[in-house]
Amino acid sequence: MNSINTHVAHPFRVIVNKEISDHVRSWRVIILIAIIALTCMGSMYTALGSIGKAVKTDEPEGAFFFLKLFTISDGSLPSFIVFISFLGPLLGISLGFDAINLEQNKGTLSRVVSQPIHRDYLINAKFVAALSVISVMFFALAILVMGLGLIIIGIPPTSEEFLRIVVFTLISILYVAFWLNLSIFLSVKFRQAATSALSAISIWLFFSIFFNMIINLIAKAFTPSAMASENQVIGFQNFILDLLRISPGQLFSEATTTLLMPSVRSLGPLTMEQIQGAIPSPLPLGQSLLLVWPQVTGLIAATIVCFALSYVAFMRMEIRSR
Amino acid sequence: MAEPIIELVDLTKRYGTFTAVDQLNLTIQKGEIFGLLGPNGAGKSTTILMMMGLTEPDSGSVKVCGINSTSNPIDVKRKVGYLPEDVGFYDDYTGIENLMYTARLNRIDDSVAKQKAEQLLLRVGLADAGNKKTGKYSRGMRQRLGLADVLIKNPEIIILDEPTSGIDPKGVREFLELIAQLRKEEGLTVLFSSHNLHQVQQACDRVGLFVNGKLLAEGDILSLSKKLFSDNLYVIEAGIEQPKTGTQDVVGEKYTTEWLIKLLEPIRGIASVTQKNGVFLIECSSDLSALIADAILKSGAGLNHLSKKEYGLDDIYYRYFEGGQSHE
Repeated sequence: MNSINTHVAHPFRVIVNKEISDHVRSWRVIILIAIIALTCMGSMYTALGSIGKAVKTDEPEGAFFFLKLFTISDGSLPSFIVFISFLGPLLGISLGFDAINLEQNKGTLSRVVSQPIHRDYLINAKFVAALSVISVMFFALAILVMGLGLIIIGIPPTSEEFLRIVVFTLISILYVAFWLNLSIFLSVKFRQAATSALSAISIWLFFSIFFNMIINLIAKAFTPSAMASENQVIGFQNFILDLLRISPGQLFSEATTTLLMPSVRSLGPLTMEQIQGAIPSPLPLGQSLLLVWPQVTGLIAATIVCFALSYVAFMRMEIRSR
Repeated sequence: MAEPIIELVDLTKRYGTFTAVDQLNLTIQKGEIFGLLGPNGAGKSTTILMMMGLTEPDSGSVKVCGINSTSNPIDVKRKVGYLPEDVGFYDDYTGIENLMYTARLNRIDDSVAKQKAEQLLLRVGLADAGNKKTGKYSRGMRQRLGLADVLIKNPEIIILDEPTSGIDPKGVREFLELIAQLRKEEGLTVLFSSHNLHQVQQACDRVGLFVNGKLLAEGDILSLSKKLFSDNLYVIEAGIEQPKTGTQDVVGEKYTTEWLIKLLEPIRGIASVTQKNGVFLIECSSDLSALIADAILKSGAGLNHLSKKEYGLDDIYYRYFEGGQSHE
């Protein structure tokens, strides 16, 4: 028997380490990181160029000057959050679409599962490894943007701004984790890596392009008449918003916008009565978080559902040699 | 020697309506090389998967080293090395790195594993290729690296699923010699599945014939042929031609199968007489060649040649695999 020493790494750690080093060394991830870093730097550049115009002293959120780095743009390039919401899914998909089927096709899967490890180590490790890579990358990116902003505009972020950026980064990671799990699930389901990549990308395209068009069509069909009561109009708008919120991208953009723009007070329609008497001041972080809690919960739920599906599918899969 | 190390009892596995493994009973003793011989799709791989606990049987039980594979797969996998058919490695890693990864998954200390990996690479003849990426390995090299990969965890049993398919004859011979050597030196039990009977005949102590999920017969080659051909163990091949003095035109008509049957009728123990490519095949239960030769010569026909044939694995194979298919 092999001596089992306490200082020998646990097999789960061994797999995670291997997966992370594979990710870091792969051209795919290097290219993606380069693209994301470049676009983020680009969006920062445009943000810095227009930040002088964007800040007005009489605005209540003038206090949250630093957050503007992430949200404004001069129109030539999208802002930082738009980039993240666009490229994040691509990153998640590219880290997961061949997680299982590539190993199956290479014939390494049956070799690994015949080692004395629990089978779920493999899929858990794949998820943990990809998530670690994403987390490190996003935190590095956020801190890089903050640091550059600090050097160029010379105003340090307040602690609340810093916390908001940290929470924003966490939610971004969660959003990418959703796409990661979806693509891992597809990689368990489809034998060909190309099929799972294409299907993941088509789901992403559906949600980022066609979904809004379909919702617009539905909205047109159900638009209440000009004579409709206030309640009817609000009900209709809430209905359309709820439909939009099926898309994880919508949940993400609502959550991040609220966090990075403290002046956002509500994500649905407000009546005049509700606005009346409200002081036009930014919300504290706790209140902003409370406002987006349903969105965050929805994202977590979607991520867990995808993970559970891939877990069950993987555990039930019969692993034969290629 | 008579210590069972793998025990399969009434093992059954179904995929939908298709029964891949049907009520299989098999015992393999410690230290033997057992050959699982069967055509493609006979259920060999499925049986192996159940032994490794990689798939669950519908009924019956599998015990490997006294451990139930279905309920305790981890303990079984610690003791059993499994080389899947057409094994694959991480292409971007070198041979050594691939072995080290397997060693780490088995919780072997890195310094111990490194030494062992180099030793094993030397043993399987890949010492020079150890630092080459496995993506550049040939099929035969991959298979040999697979054997090293299986051995690095110091297994008690190694299960090889079609290990020789796709390797050239020289490679096959070396591979089989290596397995025999390993058994001798390390006292390993080897289970070897193949559809190639010559390799099984060459390497294995005992053979199990596997068709359509059923074990048709098991035993060493000799007892197998006795068991399967209990009635007609011998085939005598007789080449008959007309005597030198005879006329040309009667040959074809005179020496027919019917003629020979009639001629050999007085001899007891003849099971059948058939003709194939101008040669007569006489199946009989014991060695009757002397009597047959005598009868043919007395009839005045010219005996070109008379040879005795014993059943080899080839005949067992064709007879039973064809038989197995015809039952469908």
